[in-house]
Amino acid sequence: MSAAVKHIIVAGGGVAGMEAAGALAELGHRVSLVEKEKKPGGHLLQWHALFPDHRPADEVKHYLNVRIKNENITLYTGTGVEKIKHHGHEVVVTLTDGTAINADAAIIATGFDLFDAHRKEEYGYGIYDNVITSAELEDMFTAGKVTTTDGSIPSRVGLVHCVGSRDEKVNNNHCSKVCCVTAVKQAIEIRKQLPECEVFCFYMDMRMYGPYYEELYRESQEVYNVNFIRGKVSEASVNINNRLVIKVEDTLAGRPLKMELDMMVLMVGMEMSKSGTLLAEASGLKRGVNRFLETGDHHYGNNLSSIRGVFYAGTCTAPMNITDTISHARAAVSETVRYLNSR
Amino acid sequence: MKIDGKKRIWAEYQKDIPDDHFFYVRSCIRQTFFAGSEQTFLKIMRDDLGKDMFEDPRHTTCTGIGYHGDIVPFETIQTVVARHFALATEAGYKNIAISCVTSFGIYTEILETWKHFPELLAKTRESLYEATGRTFELPESIAHASDIIYKFRDEIARKAKYNLVDISTGKPLKVVEHIGCHYAKMFPNYGIGGAEFPHVLVGMIESWGGDVIDYPERRHCCGFGFRQYLVQANRGYSVFATRKKLESMEPYRPDMIVANCPGCAMFMDRWQYTIKEIDDVTYGHDGQGIPVLTYEEMAGLILGYDPWKLGLQYHNVQSLPLLRKMGIKADPALRFLAKDGSRLPEPANLINS
Repeated sequence: MSAAVKHIIVAGGGVAGMEAAGALAELGHRVSLVEKEKKPGGHLLQWHALFPDHRPADEVKHYLNVRIKNENITLYTGTGVEKIKHHGHEVVVTLTDGTAINADAAIIATGFDLFDAHRKEEYGYGIYDNVITSAELEDMFTAGKVTTTDGSIPSRVGLVHCVGSRDEKVNNNHCSKVCCVTAVKQAIEIRKQLPECEVFCFYMDMRMYGPYYEELYRESQEVYNVNFIRGKVSEASVNINNRLVIKVEDTLAGRPLKMELDMMVLMVGMEMSKSGTLLAEASGLKRGVNRFLETGDHHYGNNLSSIRGVFYAGTCTAPMNITDTISHARAAVSETVRYLNSR
Repeated sequence: MKIDGKKRIWAEYQKDIPDDHFFYVRSCIRQTFFAGSEQTFLKIMRDDLGKDMFEDPRHTTCTGIGYHGDIVPFETIQTVVARHFALATEAGYKNIAISCVTSFGIYTEILETWKHFPELLAKTRESLYEATGRTFELPESIAHASDIIYKFRDEIARKAKYNLVDISTGKPLKVVEHIGCHYAKMFPNYGIGGAEFPHVLVGMIESWGGDVIDYPERRHCCGFGFRQYLVQANRGYSVFATRKKLESMEPYRPDMIVANCPGCAMFMDRWQYTIKEIDDVTYGHDGQGIPVLTYEEMAGLILGYDPWKLGLQYHNVQSLPLLRKMGIKADPALRFLAKDGSRLPEPANLINS
């Protein structure tokens, strides 16, 4: 090992952590990649196809798996990171199994948790059959079978935007950014798999911020006849035939709407992860009003933490899509290398 | 429907309800709406459960209807409620038991306001002292009377003379439960089971042998709503709201409706009469109406109280079909007798009569 080779610990083996680990290893550094689950991949593992181009998620999973197949990377799975502190010229990382590892720097990439849909009690998730989350719908796409709990083909599906996002009632004022385009992508996939099925999206605003998102939104209407209704679903229940009944205010038509559905999909947003929260609290890392990790500077220090030698990558700082997560991870690597070279 | 999902929510919204020693505050309207309910609650608490219930005749309306009708200012209602607390303090009681859901909402709103704006509490203390010379301690607990019956529901079940079961089939009666908006919608943590899937009445119904109906318009307004009813021009809207609920529950063939709010029980009962008069439509079995009971009346039936002493005859929809199903013998000819045995005038066109 040359004198220039450094040891960096990457906390979290999702998209950001895998990309950061791969980029550091490519530069010749020794990397310990720590993932709390049994295998790396994070939330991407649950995706079937990606927006905006319906690319199979497996392609990106494959890219990242190849990225971390590097002799410079040691992968630890089934253990999380409990605490990080700066000591002398090093950082000391304590794993949840009690192991302490010394390193030259650390990158935190603990990601996000999906909003727990149970908390929006009015939607009846976990109570009424056929109220599912966007992640569970993605599982159905992977299985190639979108069906109701009794195995029948749904004839009408509703997708509810902003579940756990932009919602003071659940203490989440932030926009999770990717749910709108996910809904559009999933609506198209339902229409592709079930051409006879009507699909309705219930939204507050359509936030099509990324490249080709607006085009996808237009395509969903022009080619796939997805219906978009501006209004939040206020409550769900079931009728005597166990069919879902929802109430919505159609704010463009200016009237309340009641509709029966065979399936309701909750577009669950992103929240600061529990593991990241515990790590932040144990390590004295600042968090913002949105509870994600607060970066050193919002504009030009977006990978910097308040601990010397510790950097941030990906959605532990804010909701972002895969493209932005990978860019953010690469920027974290750049900041880390700059720090190591300046010591 | 997954009952475990409901249990998960119910477990999150439980509250500590004292075991004994309550300062009971009556409703200003319930005694005319349901003449026997409050008396039944006190009788159950004192005679069946052996609890200490204290009442002070100087207790007044909470002025909640005026407050929600925009004619009583918030400062005034805070002072009125502070006076109630002063009466409880003077009598040595720390647990308030509230008969009315509107009052319950008022008390919770005021206590929460004082928690977040202590300067308003200080101002209210000053106003009360200036007006009456009284001082007060904040109560240690406030519970709606239905919370208290919920707490003792299993004890009541052990003393039950009747159950919510159709004795001719042995099957549970199908019961619609309706919770007043001001019970938990403003502050879900104050209500047992929260706001979306309240457990307070469900718990009683299930403990006493009945089955609960979850129908699409379960959460819909009962038809009361202060502005819908108090403003005469809006009363059509009030009837429409009740009708929407009745139409939604009709396919489930409910045996009864039970509510914990004065307005809810009142309007779901009275508007059945109105709808029958206007359109000749009813929503129960075989052309009958659906009896609407308060939870105290339901508890009283379970404990074997005389239905006519509970005041069931003063509802527009009579409970005779329900009583027959439960196996309760009650002579309809004795319904409208005064205390001295003289016959009272009988209302015309009662449903199920």
